Parts: sequence; structure tokens; C-alpha cells
Amino acid sequence: MATGALSDFAKPAPPNQDKRWRLVDATMRRLGQHPRGLIETLHTVQEAYGYLDEEALRYVATSLRVPLSRAYGVATFYHFFTLKPAGEHTCVVCMGTACYIKGAPQLLDTVKRDLGVKPGETTSDGKVSVLTARCLGSCGLAPAVVYDREVAGKVTPHGMREHLAQWKTP
Amino acid sequence: MTPEELEQISESEHEAQGKFAHRVNVCVAAGCLSCQSQSVKDALDKDITRRGWEGRCQTKGVGCMGLCAEGPLVSTDNGTMYKGVTAADAPEILDSVESSPIERLLCPTDVPFFQRQKKIVLENSGIIDAERIEDYIGSLGYGALIKVLTEMTPPEVIQEVVKSGLRGRGGAGYPTGLKWSTVAKAAGPAKFIICNADEGDPGAFMDRSVLESDPHRVLEGMLIAAYAVGASEGFIYVRAEYPLAIKRLRTAIRQAERMGLLGTSICGTRFSFRIDLRLGAGAFVCGEETALIASVEGKRGTPRPRPPYPAQEGLFGEPTLINNVETFANISPIIRNGGDWYAKIGTEKSKGTKVFALAGRVQNTGLVEVPMGVTLREIVFEIGGGIPEGRKFKAVQTGGPSGGCLPAELLDMPVDYESLARAGSIMGSGGMIVMDESSCMVDVAKYFMDFCMTESCGKCVPCRVGTYQMHRLLESITQLEGTPKDVALLTELCDLLKNTSLCGLGQSAPNPVISTMRSFADEYKAHVEERRCPAGVCGNHRNSEEPA
Repeated sequence: MATGALSDFAKPAPPNQDKRWRLVDATMRRLGQHPRGLIETLHTVQEAYGYLDEEALRYVATSLRVPLSRAYGVATFYHFFTLKPAGEHTCVVCMGTACYIKGAPQLLDTVKRDLGVKPGETTSDGKVSVLTARCLGSCGLAPAVVYDREVAGKVTPHGMREHLAQWKTP
Repeated sequence: MTPEELEQISESEHEAQGKFAHRVNVCVAAGCLSCQSQSVKDALDKDITRRGWEGRCQTKGVGCMGLCAEGPLVSTDNGTMYKGVTAADAPEILDSVESSPIERLLCPTDVPFFQRQKKIVLENSGIIDAERIEDYIGSLGYGALIKVLTEMTPPEVIQEVVKSGLRGRGGAGYPTGLKWSTVAKAAGPAKFIICNADEGDPGAFMDRSVLESDPHRVLEGMLIAAYAVGASEGFIYVRAEYPLAIKRLRTAIRQAERMGLLGTSICGTRFSFRIDLRLGAGAFVCGEETALIASVEGKRGTPRPRPPYPAQEGLFGEPTLINNVETFANISPIIRNGGDWYAKIGTEKSKGTKVFALAGRVQNTGLVEVPMGVTLREIVFEIGGGIPEGRKFKAVQTGGPSGGCLPAELLDMPVDYESLARAGSIMGSGGMIVMDESSCMVDVAKYFMDFCMTESCGKCVPCRVGTYQMHRLLESITQLEGTPKDVALLTELCDLLKNTSLCGLGQSAPNPVISTMRSFADEYKAHVEERRCPAGVCGNHRNSEEPA
């Protein structure tokens, strides 16, 4: 699967001095600096920086010798990757089947009404990002919401409103 | 690692655990963890130190005990189980190990939910510590691997799996032994094993639970498969959304490598096998095997036409065996007890047990493992405890977005691959969502169509455009603006998608619509003829949501 002589290829330098690029480089090295390491590398970038921006996509694409279009294609194909920075807090509403029939749509309504944003958006003050998940696998706790990585179960619109209010106060 | 060494580890583990007079198990799988079970365990440990009971009572973080809705769950060595435990209950629980159980927290285990289950895949769940390989070895772990390496030839291993009658637990139910022998026969300089742990069906959490509760079991199954088909490298494709499962798998792989159970010349034989993780990134279509392969190769997860099947040309163009987590988890008991033993469980064509994630409008939500062939009624009403709040059962949905809704008339149907297919649903990976009269079946059909539309990879036109059009029709019906013509068009599109889509996603996307149209035709009729939703769900503002 070798594409051209490796000796001709000079890996670009990271975009800046940020130490987190070392983690990214380590992942690429572990996978042999090979195009097949693209998804794993993007995971590392997102874990380190929270999202994938153009600079990161360009760096990863050039380092792994894949066209930028392919890196962008992969980054936009998978729901897990995000090209925008998240807000200070995140609120993920699970839309799995069990949550759906136990009231997740009402929770989503609450978020929309209270924060004025739709899933995938961040409030204008950058405080809260609202996301939906296909299924968290916590169906026993339906409907489930993840507030800043903490799973909350059997959430009611009222309970949710209270939680969101906490975040709004500075 | 020799059989003797394994035996020795097992013995010293039994001895170490036997020193304690009492043991308290706390569930630390994701369900209970999100109800703060870690703080329960910490409180127990603290209280043990306070009492000076360090050598007397052991606490153990274990995997899923099944009844996820009642977490955090704690069990003690005298067979008592407690539910909804908090950190403040810790001293009382420790008091109870030497006296009578705490009535207030008691979770009865002599009920059908526990008694009617038959645990093979989940036999270690809730019993062993998933983060300690010694505990797994102490429960006969890796014994099957040693057995195949020292006593069996690869064809004998495959023969045993064929004899067991095991079928793929990912959903389609392809005979596992047949798949293995195809890969074994395929010629190639390298062969690969992939474990599909991209549990994408909404409402399914069996695989997550197995990975969190008993990761070594899956590694052992993969190792045995690799030996049988002649593979030297394996990947576990696991959802990035399952951080705990990923963490425990990484720990398990490291431990197995350190003990020489993974790596080069395993147990001093010529057999070598490595396992690496690949994280999925949230694409339902990657459950389809050719899309999954593309994703492991670092590409967009789009399927390709088959043949060639992955068994001939899979990962990096080499023969590849792809099985689901639960399939691999069945392997070591089959090798340990023999294929004939396994074949005695279940029905004529569907052998063994199946793990179901029971959720929705049902009393006992959680994970259950039952022999194939039990009826839906037994699962929903006996094991599941029926519908809460005195409401009426309406349907049970199996197979996720590729499955269907089964009405009350079919409750006495045995659960096996063929019966479910005949009823217009599929076994799927094992999600089982119970619905009561508060759910509108047209709305449910729309929900799944929305899912399929969002998850369509866009490669083939029938699926890309068809799911969009079907969703639009369902949207207008659930807004009570549809006409009988829309229903007729919907039926036509079902046929089109089923017959012309490239992969399973598109081919099965109409299933929720077809099955609800068949069993709940009157609900569709009420929507389009009387402009009325019998369940009172449709027609309100929230259905005007833009597709994502």
C-alpha cells in the first residue's frame, strides 16, 4: 500500500507550538504515518482540542498524505466529529427509541424554548451547546441527558430547566 | 502461559478471594455508574477501613447485574441484592452481611426477571471484576483458548462451532461456523478478524454491557476465531460513544499481552495474534460489514456491493472474519462445554441464548438473557413485569430501525430468527422496546424513518432520496395533513427501497413502516381520513422540526 517513496516525503511541522500537537503526532506515528490512520488521528485532535478546524484538518491531511478533500469528507461524514468549538457547557439529549417514547422530544422542546437554540447549535453567549445523541445505551434511565459528560437519568422538563438555569447564572 | 500456569493463577485467585469472610459486589457498569455507584463503592471501602475489616470483607466493582433501571445495584455473597443504593447506605450494608438483610433496599431475586433467565454470555456479568484478568481466569477464563491451542486443530474448532448451531448475533443470523470455514478456506497472505462493537441501534445496549462487564470474554472469542481461521491480526471496532467500554477493553488487551495470551507465540505455540481498537465515529451504516471495513481503513463508511464478501476480500483486500461482540462472547463456553451442549439450548433453527436490552414502557428495564424460543409474552410480561401504571400494551419493537413493531396478537410468538422475520421484524442485535397506548405507531414509524434518513450514507439513490421522501410523507401524515394517497405512495416507496437499495440500511429502512402499516392500519387510517391521532401524540407543534 506504499504510495511513493517515503524518503521523498517531508512531514510538515505542526501549525504552532501548542504541546497538544505532540499527542496528534504520536497517534500518527503509532499508525505508521499511513492514510488508514486518518480517523484515529482525527479522534486524537478532537480529544485534544475539542473540535476540528481547518488548520488541524490541513495539518493531518498533509502529514498522512491524503487529499484535504478526503480529510474533510471523513470529518463531515461521521457525526462524532465537530468542526465548531463547543460552548462552555454541553447538554446532550438522547434520542434513542426508549428515550423518544419516554419524553425526549419534550426535553428537546424545553431546551429550544429556554435557550433558543436547536440541536447542533451553541447559545450566542457561548455558554451552552445543545446536541442530540442517537442512543447513549442508558435505556434503563430513559429519558437520559448528558450534562457536561455526566449522564442524568429519568429527566423531566422541569428538572432540565433547573439544570440549565444553573449554567446561565454567571 | 501453559495450562498449568493458568490453573495456578486461577487457584491463587480463588485462595485470595476465599480469605475474605464476606464480599460486597457493586455494579460499576455505565448504567449504575451514572447513578453514582462509584461513590457507593468508595463509601463501602471507607467504612471497611474505619471498621478495620480490610482482611475480612472485600468490595468488588463488577459488571452489569441486569436490572439497570433500579441502579445502583449492590449484591452480597449471601445472595442478597440491593437496589437504589446511595453512599449513605454503606454502613448499613456492611452491618447486614452478618445479620439480616435491609428490607428498605431489598431487590428480590426470586422473581421471574432473575429466575427465568439463562446466562451464558452474561455468566460473568455482575460477578467478576472486569478490570482484573485474574478474576476472569478464576472463572474458567482463557481455559477454552488453552484447550484449542493444546488439544484441537483449527478444523476441529470450526467443527465445534458448526455443531453448536451458533448464528451471528449482530442481527442477520448468518451461521457462524459457516462464516468461519469460508474465511479459513480463503487464501491470503494475511487474514483479519474484526469484532463489530459499533452498536448503533437506538435502544440496544447489550454489547456495551458485555464489553464493560466481561471484556476478556470477547478477546478470548476473537483469539479462538483467529486460531481457527488462521488470522494474525484483529480489530475491535467500538463506538467512541462508549468511553468506559473502550477503557476496559484497552486495560484487558494490555493485561492479556502481559500474560502472553496475546502477541507473538501465544502459550509457547506458533500462534500469534494482535488486537487493536478502532473507534467508530457515529455512523449507523458502519454496522454494515463493508462500510465497517472502509471505516477501519480510515475512510468514509460507505458500503460496496457484495460479492466479493469480506470473507474473501475484506480489510485491506484480505480475507476477513467479522462477527459481533455477542457472537464472540458465545465462543468460549461452546469450546469449554462442546457444540452439542450449546445446540441443546434454544429452538431447532435458533440455538443458544440471546441477550435482549429490554426498555421502554416496561416495569423492569434492563438486560436479560433468555433461551431462544421463549415467547414475547414471557419476556415482556413475566421477565419484564408488564406495563407500568396499569396501562395497556400496544407493541414491542425489535431490531431497531431495521426491525418492526409487533402487536399484541403476536405476543405468543416464539422469539427466534425465523418467527421474527415472518412477522415482519428481525432479531436485530437485541434491542426490545415496549410501547403502550401512549405511543402513536405512525409517529414511531416517522421516528425510525428520520433515523434512517439521517444515517443514510448517500451512496445509492434509492436510500438517499427514498428515505427523505418517505420521511416527508410521514411528516405530513403525523401533522394530520396527509391523505390516503400519501399512504399509497408510502407503500410503493417501501417496495422500492426494499428491492433496490445497495445495502442493508436502505433495504430494511421500510421495515418499521411496513410492520406498523400491517398491524396498525387503523391508526394510519385515522390520521389520513379523520385527521385524528388516536394516541394524541401527533399534530402538535413539535413535529414541525427540521430534519437534521
